[in-house]
Order: sequence, then structure tokens, then C-alpha cells
Amino acid sequence: MSRASTRFDSKKVNSELVTLTYGALVAQMVKDAENTDDVGKQLERLGYNMGVRLIEDFLAKTGTGKCMDLKDTADKIQSAFKMYLGLQPNVSNWSPAGDEFSFLLDCNPLTDLVELPEDLKNLKYCNVICGAIRGALEMVQLDVHSWIIQDQLKGDPCTEIRVKFIRRLEDALPAGED
Amino acid sequence: MTEETIFDLLHSAVVDYVVQSDGKASENSIKADAKDEDLSKLEYIGFFTGYRMIERLTREMPRFKDELDTMKFICTDFWSAIYKKQIDNLRTNHLGVYVLQDNAFRFLTKLSNGKQYLDLAPRYVTFTCGVLRGCLANLGIESIVTAEIQTMPSCKFHIQVQRPC
Repeated sequence: MSRASTRFDSKKVNSELVTLTYGALVAQMVKDAENTDDVGKQLERLGYNMGVRLIEDFLAKTGTGKCMDLKDTADKIQSAFKMYLGLQPNVSNWSPAGDEFSFLLDCNPLTDLVELPEDLKNLKYCNVICGAIRGALEMVQLDVHSWIIQDQLKGDPCTEIRVKFIRRLEDALPAGED
Repeated sequence: MTEETIFDLLHSAVVDYVVQSDGKASENSIKADAKDEDLSKLEYIGFFTGYRMIERLTREMPRFKDELDTMKFICTDFWSAIYKKQIDNLRTNHLGVYVLQDNAFRFLTKLSNGKQYLDLAPRYVTFTCGVLRGCLANLGIESIVTAEIQTMPSCKFHIQVQRPC
């Protein structure tokens, strides 16, 4: 084996690579799509597809079992944030019914080096995270709705991602089996 | 700091996006002739990624001595930072053609080693062609980058430097 990467911190490079690739992709989508809402939707879908696959990786690497309740789910997503994006969001703003909560991100690797131009101010740049949460939870039989409330790119002090529990998905039995 | 898995997933998401958005334009022709898929958007996304990437990586480095020195940098440090291994073989005719051979290219190692997905392989290397072209462009070398895959998962990137006449 020849000399490994000596000059670069490969973790940092990888993180920048993700940021830049994502940025280039969004730029292309903005160019292709007619309006910014469409781009938001596409990013959500893209995140969903990533989440569906990411959950497998997460379960395999961490060996976590079933979530007992939504608090437990929130904690696990928090650890997934740490694992995949290297950040520790706060879980807060629980609704009285306990079916809604927020992740507060004070920095976000996806939005490093990013600035939104004036005409794209309503672009939901980080929608991919919402999609990923939804996709991942769907694979563990939780139907949730996830959206962005605050966004640093729009001048808010932090990025806030809201998650609302909708229902528990039941395994559908194949027809003819009991 | 993001996990490597995220980049792999993001890369396949980018590929999916491009393939789908082109698929809408020419629904039927895709399956019939995968070789004619239009992957230029994918190359373009790669180009901008590479262009910006290299700017940040080489910010505090001394200037490269010459073209070959630049290529060596790409094959060793750059490649191992991004693709977790170095290029296995670098060849050149000293007239502006370089061939970079990677015997186990990161995005192809997860596909079958047989011939099964050979026609789909271009989808997974086009982004990297763009990245290479972008890197070189920002280092002052204009080029055309193409990829050649004969057996999976090895891949040869041909770089043809465009010289001003």
C-alpha cells in the first residue's frame, strides 16, 4: 500500500465534497425547474430516497432496536445527525400532545459556503434533510411529516426542522395470508 | 464533517436525478440505447464540484511545477482524499494525453464484476470526468476528459489537454 493521503484531512475533504456536490446539484435543479417550489419538492423526494437507504446503514452500524416512544425516536435521529453530518442538534419545542418536536441546528454542513440570491429567497435549500427523516422513519413504520420552520440561509439565528408524528404504519399482510 | 456513506448516496441521487430528468425528455430511447444517454448535465455538475473543490484544497499549496506535476497531484493526494485510494497507473505520451487507471473505482465497486451492468457504468463515472475537468480547469489546464470501462470495476480516465495553437 502506498502512502495514504498525507496532505489533507480526509474527513474535512469529504464534508466539503458533499457540500459542493449538493450545491452543484441544487444549482442545476434551479436551472431546470420552472419555479422554486418545484425544486423544494424535488429535494424532499431526493432526501426521501436517500433516507430509505440510509436507515439500513444506520441500523447496521449502530445496532439500535425498536423505538419505545417518540422521545426515543428523537434521540436516535439526533445520534444519526451526529453520525452522518457531525453535528449535535438540540431537540426542543415539544408540543403539549407530545407528537411534534423540533431539531435546532446552529450550524449546518449543507449550507457552508452557501448564500441564497435575492430571487431564490423562498427556496427550501435544506429540504433534503426533511425528506431523509421522513424516508428513514417510514422504513421503521413511522409516518411523519417534516418541514423547515427557520432557516439560517434566510437570516434566522438557527435552522429549525419540525417533525410531526402522524401515525404508526402497520405491516400489510400479503393477500391470502393470515 | 459528514460520513462517507452520505457522499455515496448523494452521488447516486445526483445520477438518478439526471437520468430521470432526461428520461422525461426521451422516454423510449433510454432503454433501447443506453450508450446514447445524455449525461452532459451530470458532467457539468461534476465540473463545478471539481472546480470549487480544487480551489479550496490547493489554497495553501505552492504552485505546481508543470503539467505532469499537477497530474501527479491529482493521482495521489486528490484521488485519495476523494476516492480513498490512489490512481493505480498514470501514463502519458508527453504530448498532452494522460491516462489514469483506477483498478477499483469507488462508484463501480458496488456493482457486479461481471458484464451485467456494463452499459450502465457510464452513469457512474461521468460525474468524476467532470470533477477531473473542473479541477484541471481551475489549475489552468483546459482539457477533455473521457472514461473507458472494459472490465468492472476498473476504469480508465483519458485526459486530453487542449493546447492553444
